[in-house]
Amino acid sequence: MSHLTHTRSRRTGLALAAVAALVLGVTTACGDDSEGGGDEDGTTTISVATFNEFGYEGLIDEWNESHDDIKIKQVKVGTWDDAKANLYTKLAAGSGLSDIEAIEGDAIAAVLAESDAFTDLSDPALDGRWLDFAVERGTSQDGELIGYATDVGPEGICYRADLFEQAGLPTDRAEVAALMGTWDDYFATGEKFVAAMPDTAWYDSSEGLSQAMLNQVENPFETDDNTIDTDNPELKAVWDTVTGNAETLSSGNSQWGDDWTASFQNDGFATMACPGWMLGVIEGNAEGVEGWDIADVFPGGGGNWGGSYLTVPAQGDNIDAAKEVAAWLTAPEQQVKAFLDKKTFPSQVEALSMPEVTGAVGEFFNDAPIGEILANRAKAVTVQPHKGPKYSDILQAFQAGILRVVDGSQTPDESWDQFQTDVEALG
Amino acid sequence: MSQPKPDDADTRSGRDASGLPLRGPRSTKVGSSKAGTGRSLTRRQRLSRWDARFAPYVYISPFFVVFALVGLFPLVYTAWVSVHEWGLLSGKGEYVGLQNYREVWENPYFLKQTVNTLSIFVLSSGPQIVIAVVLAAMLDTHLRGRTFWRMSILLPYVVSPVAVAIIFGSLYGDKYGLINQALNTIGIDGIGWHTNRFASHVAIATMVNWRWTGFNTLIFLAAMQAVPRDLYESAEMDGASKVRQFLSVTLPMIKPTMIFVVITSTIGGLQIFAEPRLFDETTARNGGADRQFGTITMFIYDQGWQLRDLGRASATAWMLFLMILALALVNLMLVRRLGRLGGSK
Repeated sequence: MSHLTHTRSRRTGLALAAVAALVLGVTTACGDDSEGGGDEDGTTTISVATFNEFGYEGLIDEWNESHDDIKIKQVKVGTWDDAKANLYTKLAAGSGLSDIEAIEGDAIAAVLAESDAFTDLSDPALDGRWLDFAVERGTSQDGELIGYATDVGPEGICYRADLFEQAGLPTDRAEVAALMGTWDDYFATGEKFVAAMPDTAWYDSSEGLSQAMLNQVENPFETDDNTIDTDNPELKAVWDTVTGNAETLSSGNSQWGDDWTASFQNDGFATMACPGWMLGVIEGNAEGVEGWDIADVFPGGGGNWGGSYLTVPAQGDNIDAAKEVAAWLTAPEQQVKAFLDKKTFPSQVEALSMPEVTGAVGEFFNDAPIGEILANRAKAVTVQPHKGPKYSDILQAFQAGILRVVDGSQTPDESWDQFQTDVEALG
Repeated sequence: MSQPKPDDADTRSGRDASGLPLRGPRSTKVGSSKAGTGRSLTRRQRLSRWDARFAPYVYISPFFVVFALVGLFPLVYTAWVSVHEWGLLSGKGEYVGLQNYREVWENPYFLKQTVNTLSIFVLSSGPQIVIAVVLAAMLDTHLRGRTFWRMSILLPYVVSPVAVAIIFGSLYGDKYGLINQALNTIGIDGIGWHTNRFASHVAIATMVNWRWTGFNTLIFLAAMQAVPRDLYESAEMDGASKVRQFLSVTLPMIKPTMIFVVITSTIGGLQIFAEPRLFDETTARNGGADRQFGTITMFIYDQGWQLRDLGRASATAWMLFLMILALALVNLMLVRRLGRLGGSK
């Protein structure tokens, strides 16, 4: 009898332990999904949905410490594409969006097409805050300012000086810049590099390269009246260059994928096109890696990649507070701090001449004068490509097409044809 | 409670006045043949009859009410959407008949993603059920610490699919994944888990299997424990080996459970979404750049939320529904046939 009760109590103990483990698993798996924004204690919580790195962590702490009535909460996702999927689902549902939604520059035109769903943020007090082209992109046809610009993305070339040295290439910023004045020079230098370093690719991903090149084309996917035209010679030239160099020079990784992220730690590639905000991404992914630097050059002239906007969806409950927070976050003083944190280059006129920006140094990038370099890169931008409402969708199809060639599942011609069909399906 | 008075019409205790278990039709028949003909009923009696007749339906109604709300209504509404032009943001447009169905049918991605779905389904459900039955048979023995083994086999099930996808993502990385790195060290070229169509299906199937095998094992285990033990004793006396006992006693006896598991995994397997979507490295997340491992539900998502055409998405959803229905019926027939073959031996 005593033996029986003993085993039974042991079994009960085991069962209890197992159930406890299950419950623990369930609760941790579900995680905390409670929505803020309530007014339980008289405060309003403004949620800000961002992607990648906006450099807002410090700013949000600063705001929350000095404001009792309005608190900011950040909702962060990995990539713009995931943020976009969420945005459209919830726009359709008519609820569920954050009070402030960050929009990637390439997609702001698509958001302008749905301007009814967003608040007009026009405010005479803010006239002249931003660079003209940044305001233009965020303004709808009816003249409503839908998005406050956060940053712009003037592109330079980031490179691994240590790998350059191993390959027998110069490592000094100015000398490196001299090797990459045109795309032909850039690729030729790459050929030399991979000949010396066969295990390391020249650039991070074919998708990244394609974006860099697309940002130098006047009408990549759409004509000025937003008619879709993806069978144009300029686009085909970008396609041919990117797919033609894929096998020899590209890492072959899918940008933003796991292998791409891991390649920063594995000497996977030596250079990449880097707009200001990308510096923060590199610093995060390449933590602990020494040898990064940035050259004051961009092949084929300048280029602007991305730069984002803060919008206030009309479905929100706290539109006025959200507008106030969005205006505060995009004010020059705040964007300068975001720049110092995650290198998102300000789109605010006043910020560009502030000593914190002009004198900014990238410690991670071999103490490069990033403020000065990015300012030069911004001045070198001569082309602002026309990006219509379908730009972001077409870009996804375009990059999928490039990946099909990179991963060897299709020839460039097959993939180009499939890209055209995919674009037709976008309607 | 033990002796209800004849006029005590409170049937909530589950028994009528005569002490018989309540079964709707029978108790009302008793009532109508005796009382319904001659004298009129008291209000209390009438209430009691109504109670006996309708209460069972009221008790089971919550399921059907909820089902009508979240199951039937969406089904019908989806059909309504599928015959219209219907933009995600623009809303309802013209009536277009079956045009959405035709467009989906003619889309080459639809066929490709259907084949992917079936391939992943076969690669996951097949091994999963075989392994689950074998595991259940092993757990149905006198192991030490049985409860521990039985509960721990369910652990993968409580891990969220997102976490599973992250873990398996780093196992199956094309370049720096654990498996390919291991293959490289022994001199074998890495496998293109995200680019090779078949390899990607295998990778996703392992994710599904890892998560669901334990769950099905427990269901099979419950069925096995309900098998009368004297059947095994008789089999043993007839000289049947353990394997023979498993084939000739266990399998036929758990056939109803087998049918249940096969049908639920058909329904689940054909709707697979989270695993392939999270496994995807491309930004569009359509299941690989060439849709090597895109499934039908991902096609629905692409149509509805990325191309923003709810009409075509709904049409696809209905086609998937019919496909699941057909496949579940085929599986039902197959499992029945299989059981009969086993039984006739």
